[in-house]
Amino acid sequence: MFFQQMINGLTIGSTYALVAIGFSMVFGVLELTNFANGSFYILGAYLTLTFMNAMRGNFYVAFAISIIGTGLVGALMDRLTLRPMRKKGAPGIAAVIATIGFSEIINNFALVFFGTETKPFPNIFKVGKIRLGGAIITYLQIIIFVVALVLMLVLSLMVYKTKVGKAMRATAQNTSAARLMGINVNHIITLTFFIGTLLAAVAGTLVAMYVESVSVGLASAISMKTFAAAVLGGVGSLPGAMVGGILLGLVETIVAGYISSGYRDAIAFIILILVLIFRPAGLFGQKTQAKV
Amino acid sequence: MKKKLVRAWARHERLVNLIALAVAVLYPLVFTSPYVMNIVIMGLIFSVLSISLNLITGYLGQVTLGHAAFYSIGAYVAAILATKFQWSFLATFVCAAAFSSLFGILLGLPTLRLSGNYLAIVTMAFGEITRLIELNWMSLTRGPMGIPAIPAPSLFGVELSTPRSKYYLILIVLILSIIVVHNIVNSRTGRTFLAIKGDSIAAEAMGINLFRYKLLCFSLSAMIAGVAGAFYAHYMSFIDPTSLSAGVSTRILSMTIMGGLGSIPGSIFGALTLTAVPELLRALSEAMLHWSDSLAPMARVLVESRQIVYGFILVVMVLVKSDGLLGGINLKYERQNMRMEEEAEKEAAEK
Repeated sequence: MFFQQMINGLTIGSTYALVAIGFSMVFGVLELTNFANGSFYILGAYLTLTFMNAMRGNFYVAFAISIIGTGLVGALMDRLTLRPMRKKGAPGIAAVIATIGFSEIINNFALVFFGTETKPFPNIFKVGKIRLGGAIITYLQIIIFVVALVLMLVLSLMVYKTKVGKAMRATAQNTSAARLMGINVNHIITLTFFIGTLLAAVAGTLVAMYVESVSVGLASAISMKTFAAAVLGGVGSLPGAMVGGILLGLVETIVAGYISSGYRDAIAFIILILVLIFRPAGLFGQKTQAKV
Repeated sequence: MKKKLVRAWARHERLVNLIALAVAVLYPLVFTSPYVMNIVIMGLIFSVLSISLNLITGYLGQVTLGHAAFYSIGAYVAAILATKFQWSFLATFVCAAAFSSLFGILLGLPTLRLSGNYLAIVTMAFGEITRLIELNWMSLTRGPMGIPAIPAPSLFGVELSTPRSKYYLILIVLILSIIVVHNIVNSRTGRTFLAIKGDSIAAEAMGINLFRYKLLCFSLSAMIAGVAGAFYAHYMSFIDPTSLSAGVSTRILSMTIMGGLGSIPGSIFGALTLTAVPELLRALSEAMLHWSDSLAPMARVLVESRQIVYGFILVVMVLVKSDGLLGGINLKYERQNMRMEEEAEKEAAEK
């Protein structure tokens, strides 16, 4: 029983980690708290479902179109709203409000076009399961975990080993210095948004398949869990986001299994508040000093 | 054009206020449609909420996303006291205010040391936790079934059961909250809030206890929101977790931001407009249906997408005018300017 809970927690935690990485990357380059992550997550799931129906069940093509499409919406959000605000030098909190507004727009569009009810989502990887001790591991769980792991590796390689990644880290450290070094800061930021949003869409589709349904109501809970995972690991740190996401998934599943499933979503918030009070820098983050 | 309007407003501020009050008092005597009355009453409830949020966002400069939590705490405290313990209206009202204020302090104590972004996240989390508790604490809140049969408000033994009397009650609540907020922001405390908003580090260096003033602002704002919630419970006579929290925080925020940060008339304007617009969209879609069946799909999209207004308002406002329509208008300052110009003109004429 406990082992089974751990496996379920690991599965769901690895999807939180994916969204949290995207969130952390955006936070890294912009110091922006993106409240629209949960909306991109459900948008990704809905788009995959729609394209799958349109293409008679060709999951892979639908999935590819959906995540790229959602990524473009994220890049568009940056291009249309955040970049003009950066140009004007608007205060950071205005950008946060813009992401809240954007999230509200996406959620309501989803309500209009996909309906208010919970939609069933086909699980195309229902091909079998492995028994390991007393626990059952489905192939889908393995796929989710592997996909999450591979994406994390690819992203880490990209951020820490490639030239684009170096530009991202430079932008995160000091935007104006990066610009002086000839980095096109705006392109880097838009690209970061694209990747972050794409990750949310991947996670959204995988989880929708895992729980075999999708609904708009998930959006705000996912946003909060992303914050919790990122803050727990240390905002702006990629390994932190991974560990934070997986820890959150584990704790949440165990609490839901042993205490009460009604308060499942509350766990993330309680972790979030506790971390912010006692260790605001998170597990892997560095303490930052306010600049005067 | 805009400058002229603002100056005219500054010159006749008292007259404008009197006219607004007269319109508000006379309105239910002239128009009696219960449908419109309901919208207007909701508009006034949201005016109170928007003013209370303005205290935090407009004057103190902090963004919170869990304002609906205080509203729903006020509503639940009033509903539970009124239905389980048969408390009178005034008592539930006072208790709701006290409880919301207490929760404002409880939330503020650990979190107000956090900076902007984190505070927004934590308050959002607080809003979600409140909703989950309301949804899951079956023995107290009846969970998703909600609390029905909350008695209508009554004052000094007179039951206020007609829509018109309820309207006057919420109007009084609104006027009281305007007076309270107006007096606070024009006092030493209000100037402290503005100093913190302007530059918190500089304010701290001048000897302002940031934490204490933030806490004060939070508890006051929560109290006013709680009163609005208590009125809502007695007015609707039924409350459930969804009607009190789904998107309400964002809605209040968009009203405050559209109307104007740091502007009380702005908050009222924003609340009334943004309560009316979705209803107008609904009316428009009904008219379209009535007119021709071929418009039905468009009408459906219109009626279902009316909530998008709040999102668009947020995005457009921060892009175009981030302190809101009436934000940044300081009537006192305008009057002072006008006086100085007049004096300068007089001096020039004497020469």
